[in-house]
Amino acid sequence: MKFAHYDTEGFYDELCLPDGSPRPVAETLFSRINGLPEGEMQRRQKAAESAFFDNGITFAVYGSKDGKDKIIPFDVIPRIISAEDWKILDKGLRQRTAALNCFLNDIYGEKKILRDGIVPESLIRTCPAYRPQMENFTPPKGIWAHITGTDLVRDSDGTFYVLEDNMRCPSGVSYVLQNRQILKRTFPQVFSRCPIRPVDEYCVRLRESLEYLAEGIDSPKVVVLTPGVYNSAYYEHAYLAQQMGVDLVCGNDLIVKEKKVYARTTDGLVQVHVIYRRIDDDFLDPNVFRPDSVLGVPGLIEAYKAGNVALANAPGCGVADDKAIYTFVPDIIRYYLGEDPLISNVPTFVCEDSKQMKHVLENIDKMVVKATNESGGYGMLVGPKSTAEECAAFKKKILANPRNYIAQPMISLSRVPCIIDEKFEGRHVDLRPYIIQGKETYILPGGLTRVALKKGSVVVNSSQGGGCKDTWVLAENERAPEHGQARQWMEQQQQ
Amino acid sequence: MLSRVAHSIYWFGRYIERAEDIARCIDVNLQLQLDLPGEERPWEPVLQTVGDTEMFFKKYSHVTIQNALIFLTFDLENPNSILSCVAAARENARCIRESISSELWITVNQFYLKLKDPEVQKEALESPHNFYSKVKEFGQLTIGIIYGTMNHDLAWSFARLGTLLERADQTSRILDVKYYILLPDISMVGLVLDTVQWNAVLKSVSAFEMFRKRYSNTTPHNVAEFLLLSQEFPRSMRFCLDQAEWTLKNIALHHKANSNSLRLIGKIRADIDFTTIDEIIAEGLHEKIEKYQKHLAELGNWIWKDFFN
Repeated sequence: MKFAHYDTEGFYDELCLPDGSPRPVAETLFSRINGLPEGEMQRRQKAAESAFFDNGITFAVYGSKDGKDKIIPFDVIPRIISAEDWKILDKGLRQRTAALNCFLNDIYGEKKILRDGIVPESLIRTCPAYRPQMENFTPPKGIWAHITGTDLVRDSDGTFYVLEDNMRCPSGVSYVLQNRQILKRTFPQVFSRCPIRPVDEYCVRLRESLEYLAEGIDSPKVVVLTPGVYNSAYYEHAYLAQQMGVDLVCGNDLIVKEKKVYARTTDGLVQVHVIYRRIDDDFLDPNVFRPDSVLGVPGLIEAYKAGNVALANAPGCGVADDKAIYTFVPDIIRYYLGEDPLISNVPTFVCEDSKQMKHVLENIDKMVVKATNESGGYGMLVGPKSTAEECAAFKKKILANPRNYIAQPMISLSRVPCIIDEKFEGRHVDLRPYIIQGKETYILPGGLTRVALKKGSVVVNSSQGGGCKDTWVLAENERAPEHGQARQWMEQQQQ
Repeated sequence: MLSRVAHSIYWFGRYIERAEDIARCIDVNLQLQLDLPGEERPWEPVLQTVGDTEMFFKKYSHVTIQNALIFLTFDLENPNSILSCVAAARENARCIRESISSELWITVNQFYLKLKDPEVQKEALESPHNFYSKVKEFGQLTIGIIYGTMNHDLAWSFARLGTLLERADQTSRILDVKYYILLPDISMVGLVLDTVQWNAVLKSVSAFEMFRKRYSNTTPHNVAEFLLLSQEFPRSMRFCLDQAEWTLKNIALHHKANSNSLRLIGKIRADIDFTTIDEIIAEGLHEKIEKYQKHLAELGNWIWKDFFN
């Protein structure tokens, strides 16, 4: 397989210039791939896939018939981001998460931004992710969203936009770490010749930021709280706990006594200080949120409010990633930081505003409509790819509950070459970098590149047939690190 | 450590050991077939050792090699088939992935996926010896990985405890069933066929060579003594109980020194330490083994109450 006949078909391609020749960031990779013997690329793709199965890096699709675990489709051609591009993204993401954290502190506290009329109060009141139970509460260290995954897309002119903020348990970072492990085996030579920034610091940083929440306690006990082995992201929960070296717990491994949280261990009860919870707010504590939840821990929120345990992310932070609040994020950034946003939003129409709704209804066939409180690619309409009947049905839904919908013009997502039927074809991608807010803010250099593997599709969610790729961020120093003889010998063995 | 994790890793150890022991039983019976040509080997004893003849006869009207192998190896409805054991071990490992090493998880997951592959099932019936050797190797490999890649901490101790108790149980079962089948009539003692079969018993627990280092002739008396009372052979009941007691002490001494499980294992171990094979045979080997198995089951219950509840 060679890149000689690759056609960008007029889209912005992350690796190729419009004429199909490689961008500077991709030159080393392309020359390596073009130098491989016939069939070798397919063999490496296959080896990568079987590594996923062996590792059990699988997920379950809700509602799928056979109920078996599947691997997330993985394409071995990486997406590469230049040092200059990353510098801007890094700054922009820091700015955005810092502003959103101010916003959360404010709306659960003084509500200045509402009084000043920057964000309409009605939008907060009607947001299903808003938790009145958290009003006037300041979480440990004033941090609400400890882990954020921000979805970015790149338009046809190469500009990055924020598509979505994810502040409640964003998943996928384990794929970033595993994809890298597998790609190192797939293209060892390229790694030694390209200054690719490593990602394996993530779990160390994560644990540091979690322990920071219990500052003052000598070796605080940190746990990861999972809904259990049948959750679609269970693999990730276990992986993160393992890599951080902390316990993975289910709700019934924990018990609250006198406003303190304990784990049931073989030595009796042991106090827990920090919980990285991967359970939605609704299910966290049946005493406070949904009373029918069996996944959570009764009394947890009381312990949290008493300051005896820290939760990451804080309950109620989902209000900041509501898709209707999203429209106001540029204003939120200006309001709290006095700066202009470094990464723009995709222009968004909020259907709650009747003028904007009218525009959406009239142009629905050109727009992407999303439910404000859904994720995973559920509850959305891609206008240009839908039939007239589908559009009409969606119009009815919008009219019935305008608060629940936003719309965006269809963005022509950038593409990356993928191996499709024994040749290279471009497929649309997005990018989800991960941001950890702790003592300092850490941004994982790279992130999850999700790819819509169906020809022409722009829906990248794994639940909708999307796959993923490794994401390389190049270091500013474009020279590859020097390697000793041992490394060179290893590479020769692998060739 | 979390009680739930301790529970899972203990059963992980048990299921891996059980899968290996079933493979050993099957493999030896297949070998015997080659040593004693011309007659169909009875598979009932193997079915009986592994535990469920009743269930077998609900599914099949009579015993053939083919249906015995399928039932014992790949039948997911039989909770003691090799595949069921590996699946249960994998499920336990999946629930505690964060507590075990990646190498351990990958090994178990890979083997599980292999067993589920219809091609592998076909190959197993075509060249069974090869296949059952693989299962035994898998058991040994897993134990080696646990030993060599994990902290020798509580989790490790629970895995080891599970392995040892399961092994003690399986060795006693094998001996019990064989004794019962091979010595229905005292006049048969000493026939050629007899020696071949007793050697087979030894081989099924990998004990043949080690046995020869201690005894010059294969008699039921010697075999029973070796498999029950040897202090050196790693699959003898006494050895397993000695080690299990030591392991349980490591787990419990700090916090649960008065636990019932510790008391009971001490009692069983002491009994086996201070009993001779002549006394056991005089009391009746079958009766004695039954008593040990009852104690082991009781021990399992106490371990559950002391640590997992």
